[in-house]
Amino acid sequence: MHFMRLELKGITKRFGSFTANDAIDLIVEPGEIHCLLGENGAGKSTLMNVLFGLYSADAGEILINGEPVHFATSGDAVRKGIGMVHQHFMLVPVFTVAENVVLGFEPTKSFNRVDYAAASEKIRKFSEEFGLEVDPDAIIEELPVGIQQRVEILKALSQEAELLILDEPTAVLTPQEIESLIKIMKDLAASGKSILFISHKLKEVKAVADKITVIRLGKVVGTGLPTDSEEELASKMVGRSVNLQVEKSPHNPGTPMLEVKNLVVRDERGVAIVNNISFSVCQGEILAVAGVQGNGQSELVEAIAGMRPVESGTITINGTRVDNASPRECLDAGLAHIPEDRQRDGLVLKLSVADNLVLNTPRAPQFAGRGTRKLSKVRENAEKLVKDFDIRTESVDAPVGSLSGGNQQKVIVARELSRNVDVLIAAQPTRGLDVGSIEYVHKQFIRERDSNKAVLLVSSELDEVFSLADRIAVMFQGGITGVVSPDSTREAVGLLMAGITEHTNV
Amino acid sequence: MSENKTSLWQRYLSANPVTMSFLAIFLGFVIGAAVIIFSSSDVLHAWTQIFNSPGAIFHAIKVTLDNVGAAYRAMFTGSVFDPTILWHALTTGEDWTAALTPISETLTYAAPLVIISIGVAISFETGLFNIGANGQAILGGIAGTAFGSMIHLPMILHLPLTLACGVAAGAFYGFIPGMLKALTGAHEVIVTLMLNYVVAYFLLYSLLSTPLQLPGQANDLSRVILPSAQLPTFFATATTLRVNWGILIAIGVVAFGWWFLNRSTLGFDFRITGANPNAARASGINPKKIIMYVFLISGGLAGLAGVVQVDGTTHSLDGGFLIGSAGIGFTAITVSLLGRNKPINVFWGAILFSALGVGGRIMQAETGIPLDLATIIQSAVVLFVATPVMVQEIFRLRAGTLHTVELNTKGWSS
Repeated sequence: MHFMRLELKGITKRFGSFTANDAIDLIVEPGEIHCLLGENGAGKSTLMNVLFGLYSADAGEILINGEPVHFATSGDAVRKGIGMVHQHFMLVPVFTVAENVVLGFEPTKSFNRVDYAAASEKIRKFSEEFGLEVDPDAIIEELPVGIQQRVEILKALSQEAELLILDEPTAVLTPQEIESLIKIMKDLAASGKSILFISHKLKEVKAVADKITVIRLGKVVGTGLPTDSEEELASKMVGRSVNLQVEKSPHNPGTPMLEVKNLVVRDERGVAIVNNISFSVCQGEILAVAGVQGNGQSELVEAIAGMRPVESGTITINGTRVDNASPRECLDAGLAHIPEDRQRDGLVLKLSVADNLVLNTPRAPQFAGRGTRKLSKVRENAEKLVKDFDIRTESVDAPVGSLSGGNQQKVIVARELSRNVDVLIAAQPTRGLDVGSIEYVHKQFIRERDSNKAVLLVSSELDEVFSLADRIAVMFQGGITGVVSPDSTREAVGLLMAGITEHTNV
Repeated sequence: MSENKTSLWQRYLSANPVTMSFLAIFLGFVIGAAVIIFSSSDVLHAWTQIFNSPGAIFHAIKVTLDNVGAAYRAMFTGSVFDPTILWHALTTGEDWTAALTPISETLTYAAPLVIISIGVAISFETGLFNIGANGQAILGGIAGTAFGSMIHLPMILHLPLTLACGVAAGAFYGFIPGMLKALTGAHEVIVTLMLNYVVAYFLLYSLLSTPLQLPGQANDLSRVILPSAQLPTFFATATTLRVNWGILIAIGVVAFGWWFLNRSTLGFDFRITGANPNAARASGINPKKIIMYVFLISGGLAGLAGVVQVDGTTHSLDGGFLIGSAGIGFTAITVSLLGRNKPINVFWGAILFSALGVGGRIMQAETGIPLDLATIIQSAVVLFVATPVMVQEIFRLRAGTLHTVELNTKGWSS
């Protein structure tokens, strides 16, 4: 086995007058897990695309074991031992694991027939060697996301990669899957593979990295060690000091605004994914719903927002019954909804920022009259919200798809909060956002709470739950296993998340 | 990757959609020229002789240019304007309106095409593939003819009601697939395609049965629309100028289409639904309602196109009404593609296609080059419009804010 020492010297990549990477130096030693930390849009992905031969650099060189190399295509990079695991997987959903891994490099028998047995065997061998535990004969689309990612890793390893690039690998994973990914990465490093890990999540970076390089606005702004504090790393990344602690006034709940009673919701397979849940959210409080993904939180939110039929039970928003109401009726009853999947349910990427800011209120009297939209008013509204909510966009006419993930989320937050209604439900509102945006979104939620709104927050990030919530409801297999105060320990909440209810203090 | 999607540099020297459309049209004509060259025995013969004598290559080039030039000149003078006729009229004092005949013919053909294309574009923009515009137009034509030929009313009532009948019939015929899709999920492509056959045979049936058939006729011809219901022409004295109020209606429809898609609240709902049905639902839009509205509007405009065709130009129906070689509803699909569903672009696209069709006929008469050349050019233009990357490579343009033409339609499932 040969090891790889990768060195990037002065890599510069310009797009016209915009410099995405500015003289970046980086060294990855063999067996090292090197983290590239930076906000969305800092130039991390551009740098990786240069390294993987997808872009050619305008200046600078790439050295492998001291020798300069040139990658005209990603094939060149693969031949030199660089493997990339993309954020969005490049797998054929209807093929088996083995077929996907050998795709393009198929082992063959006589008459050029693909040797599936040999392929499966190869996977089994790799899978055992690195503790990946993947069944070579499973069909990709039937596998959970975390396993699909392992298939991508396997694919890179089977092409004899010595350096693996993992581009934001945790964005799509559950906390458990993240843990096992971290273990896999450490095992790989121990066996001598180098890993370049791209992320903007401080916790993971600290958990996994040997060395950290922070980039901001295309430049290396510092290096760090996993022992550095989160605040230190965050302020390097954002370029100003960051307050990760949310400050809020004491809990002072008013009358209940959102009431859910004995709610039962079925999923596509007919399973009661939300099973007899009751709770209420009062004015001036944030109720956080914690739990491992897939325990019915998403379906609960969809049912409240009118996007999923209710089997039995009632949902009341500010005195109006909205179980089995249409999304329109829910919105009109006073619900603001920040959906879990912003690009699927929250935004129309092709439409402008201004249009997206009135997506669910196009007929409000200030934005339209007699069937005709008042575009100047729509623009005015957008200009104001872009300023108020610090949305970074070239103009309010730019398609919302051209914004970074954090700014896209700010568009949704701005739209929903500007509607100024009584109840806000937010599902995974900071998923995929960088530190600066998370801080901002959290502040907005606290502001909503302090202006006497009822906020229901669904999040699988325990940090977020603990720092925002006035009360924490934990969901497990469709039921609520307990409602605790944010002063409880993480262990207590962790047990409730696993369905263990002995020590519950409601 | 995402850091520079709309950065400034991309807009400089970039291949913007307007430039690209003109280049696509230009390339379409280049392809057409190649077809003329390779199908003309004169041209090919001249090129086989180039080694026989020193000057033969110049002769070959001249023959080539003559042939291509004659074809395109005939196409132009046949569809836009013929200066020699005007000169002849001015020098001899004869009737000069003949010089306007080509453009009159182009606009006459364009009127229904513009209207139906706007309807199709609205359905595409909403992510629905209305393949049945042709059938909706035919039914509009039948209803309009029936009302216009059999009812006696003063013009001020008769004409608008005739048009309204066409709209209503088209809307009704569009509503069937719309309703089926909304309520049962039946795929609109299959339903509309099949309904085209139903209406084609209904047309024959109605032309051969007593109420609508021209009295005393055994062939598939309808009664003639009464003058009180006909769309007036602009030049009552010059019978060769057939251009009529249909083109004004078409311009009105373009204005409506522009307002509808860009300014109206319902059009905003349509665009949201077309671009992201999930977000539409989450934003409180009822997708079932939208599907039905789309087909009502798209079908209504198709019906209007049908009635404008019969009411403004032919004044009666025959068995081949609107069916022809490709059918106006299918040409409308390519025109909407060409115009990227933008009503104003669709308007110019429809004019271009009509001019190619009208000019092609004159070209065939004058040079013997088959009318099919016009179809080849139309197809090539659409091909280039649909593949901007190829055009960009051919002209070495900087990458711009281009996207391949999106039809926005969903797959066959659902």
